[in-house]
Amino acid sequence: MSFERYDELAALVPTEIVTHSYVQDIPLPGGDVLALVTLDNDLDHAKPTTLGPNTLIEFGRTLEGLKDRAARGEIAAVAVTGKPYFLVAGADLSTVKSVKSEHLGRLMAELGHEAYDLLADMGVPSFAFINGVALGGGLEIALAANYRTVSSGANGIGLPEAFIGLVPGWGGVYRLPRLIGPANAVKVMIENPLSNNRSLDGSSAHQLGIADALFEPADFVEQSLLWAARVLRDGEADVVARRRSELAHYDDAAWTGAVAAGRAFVEAKTGNAAPAPSRVLDLLEAGLTWTQEESAAAECAALAELMQTPEFHATVYAFLDLVQKRGKRPAGAPDRKLARPVSKIGVVGAGLMASQLALLFARQLKVPVVMTDIDQARVDKGVAYVHAEIDKMLGRKRLSQDAANRTKALVTGSVSKDVFADADFVIEAVFEELSVKKQVFAEVEAVVSPECVLATNTSSLSVAQMAADLVHPERVVGFHFFNPVAAMPLLEVVRAPTTDDTVLATAFVLAKGLKKNAVLVQDAPAFVVNRILGRMFGEITAVFDEGTDAATADNALRPMGLPMTPFRLLALVGLPVGQHVQESLHTAFGNRFHVSANQQKLIDAGVKSLWEKQDDGTETVPEQTLALMERGSTPSTADEVLRRTQDALADEIGRMLDEGVVAAPEDIDLCMIMGAGWPMHLGGITPYLDRVGASERVLGKTFHRG
Amino acid sequence: MSLQTGTTSTRSASRAVRDVVFVDGVRTPFGKAGDKGIYAGMRADDLVVKCIRDLLRRNPSLPPERVDDVAIAATTQTGDQGLTIGRTTALLAGLPRTVPGFAIDRMCAGAMTAVTTTASGIAFGAYDVVIAGGVEHMGNHPMGADADPNPRFQSERIVDPAALNMGNTAENLHDRFPAITKDRTDAYAVRSQQKLAAAYEAGRIQPDLVPVAGRKPGAGWTLNTVDEPPRPGTTVEDLGSLRTPFRAHGRVTAGNAAGLNDGATAALLASADAAAELGLPVRMRLVAYAFAGVEPEVMGIGPVPATEKALRQAGLDIGDIGLFEINEAFAVQVLSFLDHFGIDDEDPRVNRYGGAIAVGHPLASSGVRLMNQLARQFEEDPAVRYGMTTMCIGLGMGATVIWENPHHANYGQDAA
Repeated sequence: MSFERYDELAALVPTEIVTHSYVQDIPLPGGDVLALVTLDNDLDHAKPTTLGPNTLIEFGRTLEGLKDRAARGEIAAVAVTGKPYFLVAGADLSTVKSVKSEHLGRLMAELGHEAYDLLADMGVPSFAFINGVALGGGLEIALAANYRTVSSGANGIGLPEAFIGLVPGWGGVYRLPRLIGPANAVKVMIENPLSNNRSLDGSSAHQLGIADALFEPADFVEQSLLWAARVLRDGEADVVARRRSELAHYDDAAWTGAVAAGRAFVEAKTGNAAPAPSRVLDLLEAGLTWTQEESAAAECAALAELMQTPEFHATVYAFLDLVQKRGKRPAGAPDRKLARPVSKIGVVGAGLMASQLALLFARQLKVPVVMTDIDQARVDKGVAYVHAEIDKMLGRKRLSQDAANRTKALVTGSVSKDVFADADFVIEAVFEELSVKKQVFAEVEAVVSPECVLATNTSSLSVAQMAADLVHPERVVGFHFFNPVAAMPLLEVVRAPTTDDTVLATAFVLAKGLKKNAVLVQDAPAFVVNRILGRMFGEITAVFDEGTDAATADNALRPMGLPMTPFRLLALVGLPVGQHVQESLHTAFGNRFHVSANQQKLIDAGVKSLWEKQDDGTETVPEQTLALMERGSTPSTADEVLRRTQDALADEIGRMLDEGVVAAPEDIDLCMIMGAGWPMHLGGITPYLDRVGASERVLGKTFHRG
Repeated sequence: MSLQTGTTSTRSASRAVRDVVFVDGVRTPFGKAGDKGIYAGMRADDLVVKCIRDLLRRNPSLPPERVDDVAIAATTQTGDQGLTIGRTTALLAGLPRTVPGFAIDRMCAGAMTAVTTTASGIAFGAYDVVIAGGVEHMGNHPMGADADPNPRFQSERIVDPAALNMGNTAENLHDRFPAITKDRTDAYAVRSQQKLAAAYEAGRIQPDLVPVAGRKPGAGWTLNTVDEPPRPGTTVEDLGSLRTPFRAHGRVTAGNAAGLNDGATAALLASADAAAELGLPVRMRLVAYAFAGVEPEVMGIGPVPATEKALRQAGLDIGDIGLFEINEAFAVQVLSFLDHFGIDDEDPRVNRYGGAIAVGHPLASSGVRLMNQLARQFEEDPAVRYGMTTMCIGLGMGATVIWENPHHANYGQDAA
């Protein structure tokens, strides 16, 4: 037994929910005996199996025992599979978090290698039957086996380490490209993790060559075992060898090309702000000429190092504590039992935003949605937009014909607000002007029942003021979506001082029905996401106006790895919209929100974007655009701009927490991740501000302890 | 979706009855009912699904959409055996949604009735190809657990309530036929165990078993490839010491009766024409079938009138039957049948592979097991022209199906 040296790791997590390695001897047709290892934590399918130190030690020792039995000729094969729906969901992140030194990290990395390498070299053929989720270290178990089957019902197959802040360092980075070719390996290890952490299903895993055979879930274990028997005796191994040599057809140039493509993808997607993705590519690149042992040593070093990086810790915080936990149980939401049923929805307005809302409500809630506007032409246009979008989904086979018919029939329009009489929830998406919105609500209130919830999609106006003159101000709640409505997961639910718990509970239940992540925010100008983005825009436009050149100003935040530079994001939002938000923030909070006179000049001149694409694909700020503006002569360096922005963000978030806009910095981070796509390796934003010292510099304290 | 589902050929105006053939049959290994059995914690419908899928895999020339109906029997049609199990299992097995299905019940003769009912449909021209089978997970559904017998059975003496317990009816059969002693039934039971063990040894049973993976808490996945109930080494002395649970100093014991079991079966039937068209093997041809009622208190005698009726229809004599597959609910019931027809207790034509006393009897599934085994014996023994599958049924019934051996030299010539 050689796993004693990992005892100190095991002692770290005495409460680990161990995934056991249960062994059964299976007599195969033909007379061979296969030892089948089932990875099982004895809990139901709501509790995924995961890999912690105790689990890996048990797995390793089990394989050691089986290797001895194989040497004695007692078994002809070894296979690993999982409890229903899971091979293994991957490393237990809450455990990995407690690996607090590089020494322990290295031990953890070596433990995985030691166990998995046994599976790769059992002395008899080894198999993995991928019956369900196989992520990270879970998939690497399968990759270590000599042969693999996969269930066509399996979902969640992948190597998401680059997304989490690690590398597939239990042999994945070495074995995968040799199995499916370097280009597809880059797809699995880089492109998928960095594209909303996408994963593969069973059929695509088989198609890529991750698995040698695909079987349906109804008798997956049986068919996998019979297939194993054919591999052992009936020449199926030759079939596998032929298929693999076709799928993993590559030369050195293809390998180098795949690495380069991967680097370009990482640069475009993350600006190399986090260390993990390029570390994966470093290992892949060097791995071409390495032996497996050489690669293993480098993988362990990379894992040990990365496990101590703030980016990894921030990602675990963002992914585990925020997205998976807090995002599902919003802080401050009232008891859902208080919520009223919503069986019909009204949308005031039939413009683009209103139409997107109508589509979302109809699709997700499957209740009648009626839109109103001031004339029939606008109403018709709104309804036509919704119907056209439904037809697009039908065309992309995302909806069946029946579901498309149903959804279309749910969305109607009218020029009279009388159609709201039996609605339970009416949301307005009209022009951002308080008086207009107040008038709309007054008209709606005259028609609807006293219980009907009135929601506003305002992004900057005071919900309390909107409710002030109503007979039932307690029914008004803010329901702030992000563009594009269908894609962005965040919904800021705004509680005005008058909003009652029943209305708020109804809003949260509705948000859940819409599959949005709702965060409770107080009725403060621009709420959370727009206020923080506005402060950032203000700093960047300010340094530009002061004389910093566009490239320096716009690229200064690159080390943060934001999904888009500030000027490009402004162009996407639309300069007039951005300017309007900025002005209202300035009105509410004063000079710390810079309103750029130069930007107004661009708007007046009809310029849509500071950057313009050239014929050669590069972007530049044209001379005629520069000529429109008056700028100062006190430029800043990129470092100065970055630091200034960090400090501004820390200042603003400190104020928001003092004002009680949200309950905790966690909610700020959740909002920035879900509503602005800010990266997990920043932890949203506040862990980053702590790490770079901005919170300490500005507030004299950090947002998070330790 | 096309409105034209299924591919049944146009029926001729003369309505000629068509020949029905048994193409293939499979079953799960049978398990012991109860917490320690191999299928404890598993679902009955899943067992059926494994059978249907294996049938299709074994017969790759059959396009799944050519299956015209799926008839699955279960005695207790609730829970995992409810919701029209023929349809649920068709869907769960991945058959096209255009393939319909239904549930059927005639207690122990459920699968046999699924076969005869769908066979009639084939003969009539309503179907070309069907799947028929049965299942009973007696661990999930203990016998009679949810039964609610009408009080009139008792008040008007329509059925003696004691006859609702099958063990009692077996004791009653001993009363009626004093010549059938406990020694004879025990000796018969021991031979059943020995014959099954020999059939396993010779590899006769295994080819028609579908492996079933099962997972137990704290143990992981395993693969069930053999029957759990058999006790191959059983001796007459062993059986002599068993208690008689149905009557003090009675004759019926756990040793000379079938146990309580879990298992499923499924068979593929086709019209002779469709089998030829699709290149499906013909392993038996249906000659005749009959059901008959008897006094519920001695339900075990049911196969006698059912067999007489079927023989009459076929124009055959008991002497024409070269192989018998009779379900062994109780040894006494088999012996009453043999005595009636003057067949010796050890006649080699009877239950060559042993019977339910050894292998188990998951109620509604057993009929197709008998057919699988008869089809194997036909292959082994081309000299035999006709064979019979027969079984007794609760509440006083019997079922008999007569089959012709396609391997016989005179197959199809002046056949019954």
